[in-house]
Amino acid sequence: MSNPNYGKTDIGPPHYWDMLPDIIKNNYGKWLFHEKVKPGVLKHVGESGDELFTVRIASPRLIHIDTIRYFADMADKYSGGHLRFTSRHSVEFLLSESANVDPLIAELDAAGWPAGGTGKALKNLIHTQGWIHCHSAATDASGPVKAVMDDLFDLFQKDDLPAKLKIAMACCLNMCGAVHCSDIAFVGVHRRIPQVNDYGVANGCEIPNVIASCPTGAIRPNPKAKSVTINEEKCMYCGNCYSVCPALPIADPEGDGVAIFIGGKVSNTRSGPAFSKLVIPYIPNETPRWDTLVKEIRKIVELWLSDAKKHERIGEWIERIGWEKFFEKANLPFNSKLIDDFTFSVPTFRSTSQFKFTK
Amino acid sequence: MSNRPLLDNLKEGRYPSFVKEMEKGGAKTEQLLNLLERSYEEKKVHWKHGGIVGVRGYGGGVIGRYCDLPEEYPDVAEFHTIRVNQPSGWFYNSKSLRTLCDIWEKHGSGLTNMHGATGDAILLGTTTEHLQPIFNDLSEAGFDLGGSGSNLRTPSCCNGEARCEYSCFDAMHLCHDLTNEYQDELHRPMWPYKSKIKISGCPNDCTSSIARSDIAIIGTWRDAIQVNQAEVANYADAGMDVKREVVYKCPTKCMSYDADKKELNIDNDNCTRCMHCINTMTKALHVGKDRGASLLIGGKATIVQSAFLGWVVKPFIKLNKEDDYAELKELLEKMWDWWDENAKVRERIGELIYRKGMTDFLKAIDIEAVPQMVKHPRENPYFFWTEEEVVAEIASRKNAEVSK
Repeated sequence: MSNPNYGKTDIGPPHYWDMLPDIIKNNYGKWLFHEKVKPGVLKHVGESGDELFTVRIASPRLIHIDTIRYFADMADKYSGGHLRFTSRHSVEFLLSESANVDPLIAELDAAGWPAGGTGKALKNLIHTQGWIHCHSAATDASGPVKAVMDDLFDLFQKDDLPAKLKIAMACCLNMCGAVHCSDIAFVGVHRRIPQVNDYGVANGCEIPNVIASCPTGAIRPNPKAKSVTINEEKCMYCGNCYSVCPALPIADPEGDGVAIFIGGKVSNTRSGPAFSKLVIPYIPNETPRWDTLVKEIRKIVELWLSDAKKHERIGEWIERIGWEKFFEKANLPFNSKLIDDFTFSVPTFRSTSQFKFTK
Repeated sequence: MSNRPLLDNLKEGRYPSFVKEMEKGGAKTEQLLNLLERSYEEKKVHWKHGGIVGVRGYGGGVIGRYCDLPEEYPDVAEFHTIRVNQPSGWFYNSKSLRTLCDIWEKHGSGLTNMHGATGDAILLGTTTEHLQPIFNDLSEAGFDLGGSGSNLRTPSCCNGEARCEYSCFDAMHLCHDLTNEYQDELHRPMWPYKSKIKISGCPNDCTSSIARSDIAIIGTWRDAIQVNQAEVANYADAGMDVKREVVYKCPTKCMSYDADKKELNIDNDNCTRCMHCINTMTKALHVGKDRGASLLIGGKATIVQSAFLGWVVKPFIKLNKEDDYAELKELLEKMWDWWDENAKVRERIGELIYRKGMTDFLKAIDIEAVPQMVKHPRENPYFFWTEEEVVAEIASRKNAEVSK
């Protein structure tokens, strides 16, 4: 380095071509089909007849460099030094030798890195920073994710569920990641309005930005204090004002928790993309295992497994049977919190006399 | 062991444990674990709000973070995150990963996220004084930072043609090309808010681009699905109920199946390319040959106006490496210019279109309205005319009367 004060800028990422194994370079854009070999293993066949084997493993996303080095060692030993990460943070080893598949899986499994998550399986769980690194989290991310995945782990190692099962979590309503479009999603929520620190607002926040940050118009200027006031009737605790102003803290250990949304998807297959919908408005944060959250998610998953037809994602299954039947079958209480009262609410009401009676 | 009973509990179970990962840091991550245990006891975060740090020449790429109990946990008093731009499709070789690990061992906690939701490799936890040295080492080794703040965030893509027979264009090449073309927009925040690009090779949308990017580029085709009838028969012979699993599941009911001949017929004019039949019979059915992408705009999470799924602005665009993606880039730049001119602070492009209307937006990017942009036409009569449109319409009607 000639000048220690500056680095080379605007060079962009390393070139992907340098990262690819020869079998991929040779068959790039010329793949013919793929098949499931067994849970955690895919086979892609090229026009050339070449066969590429992919071994996919679970990952908690938060990993130490020793683990990355271990993956690099495994890649050197079994896949010519090549691996990739998936859009759901799984790790994939790319093998041109089928004889290496089972030894690789056995060695990874013995070290605590189980294969799975391919085909119609429970996928790796998309999640966020939580208490490990974020200031606005209403719950932890890694902890409840670990608890949910431990509980449903069998489904990660199957590939014969009715359809794929994608679970996601976000630690606040910013909803980083994919919770708004997942089969099952849990998201950190607050239930009390922010505290207003007038001195901090006056000295550390841009008040027009704070006012504009509120989806429900609950924030008004308070010129006397050079601060703001929050209308308790209008605030639904989204926390966005805290995102733009540190003097409006909203975290509340007793009041915070998680909500469960279900039935979303992003793929265009069959019914097309859909948002996840609220089914449980609040579950307390129960460290370290979030027992109630885990139990409620398992209940929904088991109902889907027993009731859905082949190829039905959770949202498609519920659209078929109707939400009223879902609540009945799941034995979940319905209350007015589940009825939309934000901007686009009316089209979500039932403007037809078509519905099923429930017990 | 076990001054941390709550976290110790999360070392049990089949799913790989993040606590075990954090413990691999030894003395370097001891206080982070103790702080997290405290958060588990108190059920609250112990990170102060915000933090503005970075490297020379850039306005983004580093997320500053400070512990709110610095006296008790001095090792994490500063605990910043660095976003490193991942290679297209998250493909690595072992050498490049080891290089990344060596740099991070020298300068940081040793903890990472592989990867962040936008796509970056996340280096989790270092101090301000290390930031410039890390960046210098990274850039010497061929890595650059990713995006943060009100800028173009790091684009990401599916594995595209590298390992998928569905991919309708070279998603990894496009992702790499756009990332390099717009380095300035990525590194130096200059916009009203963040803008994300995600690229998926087909409508299965393995990067969730429709939900997680302001600009979603989703591969598609315009001609017929390629059918291999011999392979259709093989699926039937292997026990697949083709009618039940494929034909009846088709959203437009544009397929028929002759069980005697074991022949599948597709009325391609009425196919909406949902991918279900291709996904289900991957050996027998292939995407068409006239390939390109659909462009969808506006996807975002809830804050402020509600979550939006991206919607169609360009039903089909050719993506040619040969002309350097000229048409796409021209369109992207028009969109960003209009947004940059018109948006309020922290207003995503989808929210701006919602506020100002598709008419304004389409005019700005010079695209004609087509029915593919909507699920159905409006149901209310509250629509606008410009004075020029009315004048022109009246004039042309009068002209027509005169010429009669």
